[in-house]
Amino acid sequence: MIDFIIDLVAATLRIGTPLLLAALGEIVTERAGVLNLGIEGIMYSSAFSGIAAASYTGSLWIGLMVAVVTGLVAGLILAFLTVTLGVNQHVAGLGLTLFLISVSNTVNRILFTADGGQVRVEPWKSIGFGGPILDQYLFTYFALFVGAPLVWWIIWRSGFGLRVRAVGENPEAADVAGIPVARTRYQAVLLGTIFMSLAGAFITLAYVGQFTINIINGRGWVALALVIFGRWNVGRSILGAAIFSLVNAGQLQLRLVPAFAGVPFELLLALPFLAVIIGLAVSGRNVPYPGSYLKPYRRL
Amino acid sequence: MKPRFVLRADEPWWRGPLLVMFAVLVTFIVTSALIRWSGGSPIAAFRYMFINPLQSRFGLTESILSATPLVFTGAAVAIAFRAGYWNIGAEGQLLAGTIGATWFGLHAEGLPSFVAVPGILLAGAVSGAAWALLPALLRARLGIDEVVSTLLLNPVALLVITGLLNGPWRNSETGFPDSDVIAQSAMMPVVWPDTRVHLGLVFGIVVTLGCWWFIRSMAGGLRLRAVGLAPGAARIAGLQVERTLLTTALVSGGIAGMGGASEIAGVAHQLTIGISSGFGYTGVIVATLAALSFIGSLLVALMLGIINVGSFSASRALSIPSTMGEVVQSVLLVTVVAALVIQKYRVVWKQGQS
Repeated sequence: MIDFIIDLVAATLRIGTPLLLAALGEIVTERAGVLNLGIEGIMYSSAFSGIAAASYTGSLWIGLMVAVVTGLVAGLILAFLTVTLGVNQHVAGLGLTLFLISVSNTVNRILFTADGGQVRVEPWKSIGFGGPILDQYLFTYFALFVGAPLVWWIIWRSGFGLRVRAVGENPEAADVAGIPVARTRYQAVLLGTIFMSLAGAFITLAYVGQFTINIINGRGWVALALVIFGRWNVGRSILGAAIFSLVNAGQLQLRLVPAFAGVPFELLLALPFLAVIIGLAVSGRNVPYPGSYLKPYRRL
Repeated sequence: MKPRFVLRADEPWWRGPLLVMFAVLVTFIVTSALIRWSGGSPIAAFRYMFINPLQSRFGLTESILSATPLVFTGAAVAIAFRAGYWNIGAEGQLLAGTIGATWFGLHAEGLPSFVAVPGILLAGAVSGAAWALLPALLRARLGIDEVVSTLLLNPVALLVITGLLNGPWRNSETGFPDSDVIAQSAMMPVVWPDTRVHLGLVFGIVVTLGCWWFIRSMAGGLRLRAVGLAPGAARIAGLQVERTLLTTALVSGGIAGMGGASEIAGVAHQLTIGISSGFGYTGVIVATLAALSFIGSLLVALMLGIINVGSFSASRALSIPSTMGEVVQSVLLVTVVAALVIQKYRVVWKQGQS
C-alpha cells in the first residue's frame, strides 16, 4: 500500500509538470485579457522543434532553446493577430494550433519519418537522488519552485504584473494612465508562450525522449481548463493540476491492479478529462474572468 | 513612426477581394517554403493540389466526396458561432455521430431502406446532440465556458470509439479493431452513377440550406443572431439567451453528428479508429473562411475537399508529405481572418508617441 501511494505521488508530479508549466503561461496571458488557444499547438511545435534540434546538435540545451524560440515566434503571430489586428481570439488561437500541428507533422515527415524512422534522443534524466518521490526531473522542480513563485510574484508584486492586470481588467483606464496596452499584451503573450514551450519541451526532451504524432494529446486544453478552475491564480491552478494529475496517475496505477483488469483501459484514459470537466462544473461557476477577456483594445 | 489602425468609414468594393487574394498569396509563399524543403517543386505541387482534381471527373467527384463531411461540420460550426456559442467540439460530436450511426446500422438488418437511411442519419444526429448536451448545459445553466469543455470532450469521444472497437464492437470476422459492416439497407445510396458521391451530400446541402433559411427568415433565426451579436441587449429585450444557446448547441451537435452518420453510411460502412481526419476542426476553417455564411460554407467545403484530394495526389506524385494540405488549409485560415479584419481598417502612420 505504501509503495502504491509512493508511486502515485511520484507519477502525479511527473504528469503534473507540463500541465502546471502550460497553465502558468496561460495565466499570465489571460491576465492581460488575451486568450491563447494556440497553447496546444505551441506545446506541440515546441515539443517537436526541441527534440529535432537536440537530435541534430546532440545538445538537449540547444533543443530547449530552439523550443523556446519556436514558442516565441508562435506568440508573436498570435499577438499580432489578436492584439494588433484584433482578430477573434478563438479563431486566431485555434487556427494557430492547427497551423503549428500541421507544420510540425510535415517537417517531422521531411526530416525523420520519410524513411520510416523516428526522432529519438537520450533524454534528461531525473535528478537521481532523494528517493522515489523526490527523484524528479529538474523541470518539475523548476515548475514548482521557480516558475510558480515567479509567475505569482510577477502578477502580484512587480510593476509589469500590475500593468498586465490593468490592461486585462480595463484597458481604457490603463491607457489613460499611460500604460501602453498593446505593448503590455505583447509582453504577456510572449512570456506566456515561454512557459508553454517549456511544457512542450519537457515532454520530448525529458519525459519521453522521442516525438510521436499527437504527443500532446489535449494537455494544452487541460491546462486551459486548469486556469479557469484556478481562477487565474497560481495557487489554485497548482491545486487543479495536482488533482488532475492524481486522477491520471491513479488510472495508470489501477491498470496494473488485477481487480481492474476487466475495465477497458480507454475508460480509465478518459477519466482525467472527465475529472477536469467535473472540476469545472463544481468550481467554475461565476468565476471572475479578466474584465477585457477576449476583447481587443483600440483607441477610437 | 508607429502604425495605427483606424476604422474605415467607407470600404471600396475591391479591397476585400484584393486582401483575400493577398492572403492566398501569403499562403502560397509559406507553403512553397515547406514544399521546397521537402524536395518538391511548389508550382507542380500547387497544380496537383488545385488544378488537377478539377480536370478529371474522378478528381472532381472525389473532391465532392471529401467535402461531404465538411459541409456538415461547416454548417454545425457556423450556426453555433452565429449565436456566439463557441462550439469547438464538432470533432467529438461528429465522432459521437459515427458511434450512434454504427449502432443503428448494425441493428438495421431487415429494415427497408426508406426507413433505415433516415434512421441512421437520425441516430447520428441524436448522438451528436447528446455529446453536445453536457457542455451546453454547463454553459446555459452554470455559465461555464463552452470552449474548454467542448474541446476536452473531443479526445474522450475518440477514446469511446477505441474502447468499443477493442471491446464489444471488434470485427467478428477479422478480429481487427474495426466494427462489422453495417446493414446494406442503412447504407447511403450513390447519387452520382459510377462515383462514390452518396446521398449524404444531398442531406448535407439540405441541412445547410435549412440553416441558411432559418437564420434568414425565421423568428428563431433572428433571436439566434441577436443573441450572437449582443447577448446583453438580447436579454434586456426579453429574449431567453440561455435557452437559445442551449438549443443552438444541440442543433450544432446534431448537425455534426449527422456528418458522422453520413461518413459511416456513405463511405466507410463500418466504424474505424481513423473515421474522422479532423473533420470537426476543419469545420471551424470552413465556417470561418465562409465568414459564417451558409451558402459560402458550401463553396469553401468544396474548395477544401479539392485541396484534400489534391494534396494526396501531390504527395504520391512528388513524394512530399500528404500533410501539406492541412498546412495550406490552416495558413489560409489564419491569413484570411487577418485579411477580413484589415479590410475594415486603414493604417495611419503616426509620428512620435502613439
